[in-house]
Amino acid sequence: MTANAIEARGLVKIFGKQRAVDGVDVTVPAGSIFGILGPNGAGKTTTLRMLLGIVDPDEGTRTLLGTDRPLDVARRVGYLPEERGLYPSMKAYDAIAFMGALRGLPLAEGRKRGRAMLEEHGLGKAADKEVRTLSKGMAQTVQLLGTLVHDPELIVLDEPFSGLDALNQAKLERLIRAQADRGVTVIFSTHVIAHAERLCERIAIIAGGKVPFTGSVSEARDRLRPQVRLETRALNGPWRAALPADAAPEGHFWHFTLPETGVEPLLRALIEGDAGIQSLSIERPGLHDAFVAIAGADAARQLEEEAQQEMADG
Amino acid sequence: MAELLRASWVIARRDFAAIIFSKAFFFFLLGPVFPLAIGIAAGSIGGQVARDIDRPSFALVMAAPDSDAALKARDALAEQLGEGRVPALVAMTSDNPERLLGAQQDTRFLGVLTGSLRDPQLIGTAAEIERWRGPLELLVERARDGSAAAPARLDTRAVAQSSGSREQGRLVTAQVGQALLVLLTMLLAGMVLSNLVEEKTNKIIEILAAAVPIDAIFLGKLFAMLAMALIGIACWAGLALVAILLAGNGLPALPPPATGWPLFLGLGVAYFAMAYLLLGSLFLGIGAMASTVREVQTLSMPATMGQLLFFFLASYSVTRLGEPIELVAAAFPFSSPFAMLARAAQQPDILQHLLALGWQAAWVLLLIRFGARLFRRNVLKSGGGVKRGLIAGLFAKP
Repeated sequence: MTANAIEARGLVKIFGKQRAVDGVDVTVPAGSIFGILGPNGAGKTTTLRMLLGIVDPDEGTRTLLGTDRPLDVARRVGYLPEERGLYPSMKAYDAIAFMGALRGLPLAEGRKRGRAMLEEHGLGKAADKEVRTLSKGMAQTVQLLGTLVHDPELIVLDEPFSGLDALNQAKLERLIRAQADRGVTVIFSTHVIAHAERLCERIAIIAGGKVPFTGSVSEARDRLRPQVRLETRALNGPWRAALPADAAPEGHFWHFTLPETGVEPLLRALIEGDAGIQSLSIERPGLHDAFVAIAGADAARQLEEEAQQEMADG
Repeated sequence: MAELLRASWVIARRDFAAIIFSKAFFFFLLGPVFPLAIGIAAGSIGGQVARDIDRPSFALVMAAPDSDAALKARDALAEQLGEGRVPALVAMTSDNPERLLGAQQDTRFLGVLTGSLRDPQLIGTAAEIERWRGPLELLVERARDGSAAAPARLDTRAVAQSSGSREQGRLVTAQVGQALLVLLTMLLAGMVLSNLVEEKTNKIIEILAAAVPIDAIFLGKLFAMLAMALIGIACWAGLALVAILLAGNGLPALPPPATGWPLFLGLGVAYFAMAYLLLGSLFLGIGAMASTVREVQTLSMPATMGQLLFFFLASYSVTRLGEPIELVAAAFPFSSPFAMLARAAQQPDILQHLLALGWQAAWVLLLIRFGARLFRRNVLKSGGGVKRGLIAGLFAKP
């Protein structure tokens, strides 16, 4: 196994006059869970399609499991596209076996595994049903199992949580973690920050076809200074001079960014100034705040709206 | 290449099973029954008319008194037995009666009744002599009006077909074979147009494109459709054979082709497969550009017109063996299978067919590559990055 499951440098894809992906660099370490986080239209799907060789980049290079010809390693890769698709007249277990067969798994073995996987995921009774008769969630599960049936080394999931209810989202998170525990590399795209924050060791933030940040979730959060929430008994006094310039009052509460000098000099000044500290908490910024800071407020707003819309649809 | 074939097999197997085990396939098999039923009904009416108009005729070459007596006897017998049971006689004069059997006569004679009423002779092919000997002996006996002591016995002389009529016959076989090939190709190849719509409508194409080369998808789909078409043809041919045998008419007699029937039939299957794959790969490439069934329907008309054009080219050249137009028809990939089948009926050489099949197969592969590249470029919006042209890319690894 290579050290990096995916390496991409300067990927560009142009549709008409629009640069859908504009110089994307992505490195996905083998065995990690990697998230591509961004709003719809940011270039997530196009990036994944380029990485998989479904479309060729207009510029740039990419290697997948050590080769620049992704189809050569198709047997070692599983892919769940954003737009789910199955043959409606196929039986559930056969659909799983067919997807495995496409990637080199013998059909008979695929059928055997398909039945076992459906059983394991509580869909044993649906194994012999035609896909057209399954609910949307069941069909999505069937497709996901088809993505995994041939035991891939690398799993690429495009918006895998989209359209799933909370219960199934939790199931999927467990499944992704289980795959990673087995040493499988998982890369997925999402516009829901919480999924990336909970699951990913590394992320790429993408907006407007560019990737302004790639690194660990912790590194993204560290882009911002911790936030302080202070509660005082006194409303005024000489201690107020010790507060940083961005301190915003809200009754007896103050919100501000932790100064570069740290918390100790601040605490000393507040005590000496008789502020009457009731409570003080230091909060490390979340990925959402980091996203706002890195991708911009507009991209963050779009991301939030999409997440809310999805919840409403769900 | 092995991976390409493996992937094609996976696609073909899925498509074939999906078609064969669908209810629609039953209706597909029933499809030709309706026009066939109409054809049989119309044919039986037409056959009756043809029997009335095109009566079997024999040339009568005898001296005037015998000739007159034979003609009178023929009319009297026809009145008693019915027109269809007694052949028509046409009085002719000729020093060499056998020549009247040539193809250049206004009336096509089945044979010649010559000699005299005392010593009559029947000249014709063995089959016609066998068939008409009885009625003609009856006719001669009637014409003698009891003047001869012994019953009439015709002296017979069987002739083989003349070389001119053999060529004529092979031409008929060529035309019939070609027409059948075109009919089957037109009926079946057009179905390939809509073959990728399901994958595009159901978003399955993304899964396929990520796992196997587009060439493999095209190849697999094409061969699945070919297999389905061959099964259909086998069913129809089997049913037709049973129907003919049950009707008791025997197989319709066509003059034997130059290559002999077994090889001709084998070549017929091979050329059908090639014609199907050539047109199918073209249609698959065109149809893959369409994103809806409506677009496919719109495309089907020019596709059918295109097929007719290829047929006209091949059909026009069938009587011009060896002339430039016939060579063009044999070399042009889309008309080549039709033109070459016509050649198989008229020329015994085998090597030319091996060359033609190889040539056509090469075009099938080229068309599949071209269709796949167009699909990647126009539908998947790919292929721009690797800086090579559409034509140059045909020869790159998929």
